[in-house]
Amino acid sequence: MTAFAILPDIAISVMIVIGATFALIGSWGMVRLPSLMERLHGPTKATTLGLGGMLVGSILFFHLAEGEWALHELLISLFLFVTAPISANMIAKVHLHQLRVKPEGGVLDSIGPAGIPPLPSDQSSWATYEAPAPESAAATSEA
Amino acid sequence: MRRLIPHPGLSVLLIVVWLLMANAITVGGLVVGIVIGILLPIFTGPFWPGRPGVNYRTGIAYIFVVLWDIVIANFEVAAIILFRRNRDLKPAWLVIPMELETPEAITVFAGTISLTPGTVSADVSSCGNYLLVHALHAPDPAAEIARIKSRYETRLKGVFK
Repeated sequence: MTAFAILPDIAISVMIVIGATFALIGSWGMVRLPSLMERLHGPTKATTLGLGGMLVGSILFFHLAEGEWALHELLISLFLFVTAPISANMIAKVHLHQLRVKPEGGVLDSIGPAGIPPLPSDQSSWATYEAPAPESAAATSEA
Repeated sequence: MRRLIPHPGLSVLLIVVWLLMANAITVGGLVVGIVIGILLPIFTGPFWPGRPGVNYRTGIAYIFVVLWDIVIANFEVAAIILFRRNRDLKPAWLVIPMELETPEAITVFAGTISLTPGTVSADVSSCGNYLLVHALHAPDPAAEIARIKSRYETRLKGVFK
């Protein structure tokens, strides 16, 4: 086997190791960051490149080693990019409710180092706390 | 034509996704994809009134800017997780005043913020003018707000009209 012949294998391995490293760092972030809102940053970001690296490795493997195009991986990343912010947003909203129910921190973890979220500077509140004004962009239905 | 294909962008996206899912470009797959791409937007159209026009050229440029930022974001967040001690970390809540007006633009804006450097969007104000964002490390919240507004919001204003 010449050095040229193992180049595809090296490229595939490098992508998989990069992906796995970022996935590991993201998980480590979830363990060590101080409170829920900080921990949310790990899974929404460090793992996107983690998964991305593994998917590129997968595309390379099917193309270089098996000689066929596999583009399912692009769909996986598309769905990931669409769903990751939404699940993060839902967790953040639950956290906001917890802060309101127990503002003094009934659960030790509930108030992070960032403190209580400030209110918007006009007279309104956040859409998690009060019904969105009709006709506004936050409204969930046509008036 | 407008009646047959109410959302040309959505139709193209559905066809591409269908072909990717089949993982092969065949005539049969293309025909089924086109049928889906035409039928689905017609059925879902009534649920989505008053949608804004989209400038596809700036939209695609925006996607590449965001993809690049996601790669950078991963390295930044990884560095923070690995090397910054918890007591040096300065997490902060940011209240971002928005000039975007349509729900579609605000959704893309919030999603972008969640995917890019050290920020997760948490909530929108009940009047739809402010976005609540949590930053993992923001020693200077005002500068962070200005950066997000100039980098993403200005571009998005060119995408949605």
